[in-house]
Amino acid sequence: MRLAAFRFAAPLLLAALASAEPVDFVRDVQPIFQKACVGCHGEGQQLGQLRLDVKSIALKGGLSGKTIVPGDPETSELYRRVAGLGDQPRMPMGGELPAAETATLKAWIAEGAKWPDEASAEAKIETHWSFIPPKRAAPPQVGDAEWSKNPIDRFILAKLTEQGLKPSAEADRTTLLRRAYLDIVGLPPTIEQTDRFLADKSPQAYAKLIDELLASPHYGERWGRRWLDAARYADSDGFEKDKPREVWFYRDWVINALNQDTGYDRFVLEQLAGDLLPQATQSQRVATGFLRNSMINEEGGIDPEQFRMEAMFDRMDAVGKAMLGLTVQCAQCHNHKFDPLTQEEYYRLFAFLNNSHEANIVVYTDEEQNERRAIFEKIDAIENRLMASKPGWRKDMAAWEQKAKQGLPEWETLKLQHEEPSGQKYHYYEDGSILAQGYAPTRHVVTLFGKKDLQGVQAFELELLMDPNLPRGGPGRSVYGTAALTEFEVELIAKDDPKKKTKLHFVEATADVNPEMSLVDLRQFPDKEQKRRLLGDVGFAIDGFAMSAWSTDNGPGRRNQPRKAVFRLDKPIDAEGEVEFAVNLSQQHGGYNSDDNQNLNLGRFRISVTKAEDAVADPLPAKVRQLLSVPAERRTKDQERTIFSYWRTTVGEWADANAEIETLWKRHPEGTTQLVMMEREDTRLTHRLERGNFLKPKETVEPGTPRFLPAMHAETPQEAPRLQFAEWLTDRGHPTTARSIVNRIWQGYFGVGLVETAEDLGTQAPDPSHPELLDWLAVELMENDWSLKHIHRLIMTSKTYRQSAAVTPELLEKDPKNRWLARAPRLRVEGEIVRDLALAASGLLSEKMGGPPVYPPAPKFLFLPPASYGPKRWTVEEGEDRYRRGIYTFRYRSVPYPQLDAFDTPNGDAACIRRARSNTPLQALTTLNETTFLEAARALAARTLESGGKTDAERLEYAFRRVLTRKPVEAEKAELLAMLDKQRGRLRAGELDAQKLTGEAQPELAAWTTVSRVLLNLDEAITKE
Amino acid sequence: MKNQLVGRPLARRWFLGQCGVGLGSLALNSLFAESGYAVQNDDPLAPKQPHFAPKAKRVIYLFMAGGPSHLEMFDNKPKLAELDGQLPPKELLEGYRAAFINPNSKLLGPKYKFARHGQSGAEISELLPYLKDVVDDIAIVRGMSTDAFNHAPGQILMNTGSQQFGRPSFGAWTTYGLGAETRDLPAFIVFSSGSKGPSGGNSNWGSGFLPTVYSGVQFRSSGDPVLYLSNPEGVDDELQRDSLDAISSLNKMRLDKLGDPEIATRINSFEMAFRMQSSAPELMDISNEPQHVLDMYGAKPGVGSFANNCLLARRLVEKGVRFVTLFHEAWDQHGNLTKAIKANCESTDQAAAALIKDLKNRGMLEDTLVIWGGEFGRTPMVQGGDDGRDHHPNAFTMWLAGGGVKPGITLGQSDDLGFNVVEDKVHVHDLHATLLHLLGFDHKKLTYRFQGRDFRLTDVHGNVVEKLLA
Repeated sequence: MRLAAFRFAAPLLLAALASAEPVDFVRDVQPIFQKACVGCHGEGQQLGQLRLDVKSIALKGGLSGKTIVPGDPETSELYRRVAGLGDQPRMPMGGELPAAETATLKAWIAEGAKWPDEASAEAKIETHWSFIPPKRAAPPQVGDAEWSKNPIDRFILAKLTEQGLKPSAEADRTTLLRRAYLDIVGLPPTIEQTDRFLADKSPQAYAKLIDELLASPHYGERWGRRWLDAARYADSDGFEKDKPREVWFYRDWVINALNQDTGYDRFVLEQLAGDLLPQATQSQRVATGFLRNSMINEEGGIDPEQFRMEAMFDRMDAVGKAMLGLTVQCAQCHNHKFDPLTQEEYYRLFAFLNNSHEANIVVYTDEEQNERRAIFEKIDAIENRLMASKPGWRKDMAAWEQKAKQGLPEWETLKLQHEEPSGQKYHYYEDGSILAQGYAPTRHVVTLFGKKDLQGVQAFELELLMDPNLPRGGPGRSVYGTAALTEFEVELIAKDDPKKKTKLHFVEATADVNPEMSLVDLRQFPDKEQKRRLLGDVGFAIDGFAMSAWSTDNGPGRRNQPRKAVFRLDKPIDAEGEVEFAVNLSQQHGGYNSDDNQNLNLGRFRISVTKAEDAVADPLPAKVRQLLSVPAERRTKDQERTIFSYWRTTVGEWADANAEIETLWKRHPEGTTQLVMMEREDTRLTHRLERGNFLKPKETVEPGTPRFLPAMHAETPQEAPRLQFAEWLTDRGHPTTARSIVNRIWQGYFGVGLVETAEDLGTQAPDPSHPELLDWLAVELMENDWSLKHIHRLIMTSKTYRQSAAVTPELLEKDPKNRWLARAPRLRVEGEIVRDLALAASGLLSEKMGGPPVYPPAPKFLFLPPASYGPKRWTVEEGEDRYRRGIYTFRYRSVPYPQLDAFDTPNGDAACIRRARSNTPLQALTTLNETTFLEAARALAARTLESGGKTDAERLEYAFRRVLTRKPVEAEKAELLAMLDKQRGRLRAGELDAQKLTGEAQPELAAWTTVSRVLLNLDEAITKE
Repeated sequence: MKNQLVGRPLARRWFLGQCGVGLGSLALNSLFAESGYAVQNDDPLAPKQPHFAPKAKRVIYLFMAGGPSHLEMFDNKPKLAELDGQLPPKELLEGYRAAFINPNSKLLGPKYKFARHGQSGAEISELLPYLKDVVDDIAIVRGMSTDAFNHAPGQILMNTGSQQFGRPSFGAWTTYGLGAETRDLPAFIVFSSGSKGPSGGNSNWGSGFLPTVYSGVQFRSSGDPVLYLSNPEGVDDELQRDSLDAISSLNKMRLDKLGDPEIATRINSFEMAFRMQSSAPELMDISNEPQHVLDMYGAKPGVGSFANNCLLARRLVEKGVRFVTLFHEAWDQHGNLTKAIKANCESTDQAAAALIKDLKNRGMLEDTLVIWGGEFGRTPMVQGGDDGRDHHPNAFTMWLAGGGVKPGITLGQSDDLGFNVVEDKVHVHDLHATLLHLLGFDHKKLTYRFQGRDFRLTDVHGNVVEKLLA
């Protein structure tokens, strides 16, 4: 709007000059800037870092120095350039200004360059309500005493009065009870809970109920799922392969954090930078899973950096919508007219997050942690016993150490180039090591070519190294971080004919890990032909058999450490001068399905050669070898113990104790993995990317915050940028963080936020319906230690919340969208809760919390080609996991669980702050015909017959209350009993088959199943009223 | 399975009674709309008029996932045959990124012979003996180009106009823009055949940020055509009808009490579901098609195949379905090109050509838009030994037919190697702009506001390719 206004002013220019009136910026100057300057010095481009549409920047000047010196046109670069003074290029480029306009600019500067604040592009940005920290407004005084107790009600009632509306009466207690249950825990109250509440006539009954519900662990499940939408949580990678990933520790972290009422500032901070906190705990590291819920593309032939960038963009989008309350995505490609965030600012924010490894760590449940502790204590005890049994052990160990330090061969790292037909990609590190990335073929050979003088070489060494970007840190790419090498081959290539190759002959292989021979685990690495494939010691890598491979896997707890193997030749290489050679690393021991997590590939590796005779793989683990260089007297107790733990294995007389310890290690828990962020040691430069294209990096940018938001505190420059960013975002002075979350809580209760676009409070957002209330709630949150439960309690106990949801034609006409809240909203519950309600009402629901995602019934074909890209695992649960809450259902991004999909559950492609709430025939088909819903109908019928009383009327009331909480009215009873009678008749007549309907030849159960099914399919059954 | 009870007057007693009292003017207005059921005024699927008179009213998209080789099927390159075994010119490869191969790999001559066909003299290869009979009805677009060279991003770009997930699919935009013609079936239906499912899964037919009602619904040509379409075991049609009556009756009582129009929509959804239960299986049973029609497609009742899906697509659009996409993922010939592409053509060529003929015979081709193509083409350079090609985004071929597309033309030309487009380039965004144009939309005006911005299928790109318009 402000831009459009300029145009009308232009014709007045000359008239103004002629009358020698003072120059008016808006009337006279701005049109010139607009016409001739801002194309290059405006929102789109800021050549020379100059903008002439923003007062502060224009007055500060661009790269060429003082653009405008008020009162002194001759030293003002602006005037000098347009007038053609000095040796700098004349402006505007490609055409001079008319003399009159040059004169106007000169006069304007001479008169003091007066520039009204409101005539600056920045003006609107700086004054946009959400960019100014919220202040607590005094709640308005309202006449109604009942509506004056809770400040929320005063804001709402004042607005209603203003709109000529009156609030609705309070909902009846049964409705209110059910509403509170659905809203806080997402489950219906039981009949007992209902009766207890209805019997409690004390004035505190309702407040007590709210406290009880907020203390329920189901609160974390219900509200955690909403956060998981924003965190784009899913249990698979997305894209073509869409492989399962383990991220449920993060899901459980969210649930627990909400249940513990972790302050929202802390909640956000840990998700952004928990790993960077001092002595970060497992839980704090898990929290950064938020940033890792991005999709991962591992289809063949991808460029890993391209999709790392895609993930970064996704992270930015999620942080923007979920935490910042601003959509930032548009600035990824270029500056936008109506968006305050410039592209440069976008990449400055990006830089805060850009210096991390996409790590995958092992995590343990509390029980597993206890098991681990017990094992380590026992091992310690045995080692203590050994030390005590041999008082001179330090001397013996020192002697061993002397020997161990001698005779190490010198290795020279080879420089190699890969050829990999499968589409797996490789990253070359400066230390000569190579990291396999992207697509992970399960059976393949990578060939590495080199060119070098190999004269006299006697052995090759293959080092397998750790890397944070590998599963569990590596050194392999399997889900365990292990690898299997089927065959290690080296060929010399003839100089005259590249097809002529001479295979070198290896006579001995040694390694620092040589697992006992075992069969490949067919559960993780299945084989279609059920071939017996062996894993074992390093000899398998040179035995010439494709069925056997060297494995790095020596079991849980110890498998993720660097490894090495040395392959000794039969005789020194005799080839004068540089030769071309090929190293073939054959890896054939993965499973058959490369669209699943079935690879056993090498992760990060390095190959070296030695001319030394009789070279063997250093038996010492890398960390022990490293510690030997620390002088014995300067070693810590732990360091000494680490060396001891290895040395004892070499002491023959301790064989029994060593075996005992080995047995203990075998009991070490497997653990689970979790995708997390891990800060890199060196700094990755961030560039502005032209049009968001990673192949077009422009100037580098430093981490920094947008100019329209508060500046960062300067007191923590030594901290990692990501932590600084997290602290900035959760600072009390931040204007959008608290507003964003209280608005979303409001949206959770009322269906629409106080700002409708809950993901975006920026300049494009519609005005808040109740701006003072929004700010009041934001301040209230921050002043109460960011306690979310405090806000929940305030809302739940308000009169506003407790109104009836009945709609009158008048209300519908005056406020169809219910923005003013003269009634409570009536909303269909989310997809997960649709499932939960049916399971709870029927008594099937398992209330087990947390743990790995589960596989409830679903049609098998969905997870097989051609419905799914590749075959996916979906083994339908039998036991209680069949009936877990919807939040625990396994989520494949590319094949969403059909019931959840039908009810608008997002699939995790991107952060979702507002779910759709559709009402479709496919939903009806699901609740009518899907297996779980039918099982729920049967279970409800069985339960009704068992404990619902004796008469049909009693039983009907029982079943009805289990589903809908309230009691049926006469007309409803009549309808349902008629249904019951009719189906009884049909069962008697043999028209319906009880066996088929219920699995049992019990007509009464079948008849009640039909009634239960009707109840579970009612609109009211899946609606919060 | 057949439902005898559809439309039974008793079934509607809930609304023959005092229905409407308490419903408010809102639902009343449209209570009798369409086939006599309550449709809300703000019904997102109500039929809508596009910006101008559309040439195409419905779309059948034959999505040949995996990247079919234009060099073996549509783009005859004698020069490439000559240069077989030689390295490509250096300047061609500048800045070129390939998925699997080192771009500096030897050129591979076309594996199949080409000939001209029809009055138009369109040049296609011997792999397409059926398509040659309908070349005068189709427009071959040889100048296609895209930005992505990996499957999932390529397919997502072709289906949603963006390589980033989360955007509405073309089918979703179409149903958003035009609404639905039938309420007995979903407006946007998706099938999948071939060796795998599409890369990127359901995002290829998702609604993105549009309301979820615009999502494609997956159908199967064998088994239950739609998930949960069959009554559960032991529930016969009468019980299903009785259940629906009871549900509707109780929902109606609630509606009377609370006045929430959403309850009326729910009642309506259940009735639509019930009708779909009888109409969909009937529609999906191709055994009642005449033998000559089955033969024309090469369709066999009871098996899941691309041929059956083509026939089903015709049956569905006949019943008013707006948009049908048939995914056939099979075309990723990194190796075994000669045999595999022949097999692919054998399982798709006949049915695709039959679809054109059949639509034409029924007078439906003129307002049904048929699209054939994949997410990208294949490299003129070899992959592996001498029988494979890598992904290639710079140039590939698609064909269009019906719905206002100019028939009997071949548009665009690639260079001698089929590497770059040198004439009449059609980027994915241009294709989308053109397809929307045929459907009656100015692609710049078919927008949806999200995140403070008006989004469109073509983002900030796209030009209507006038030469493709009849």
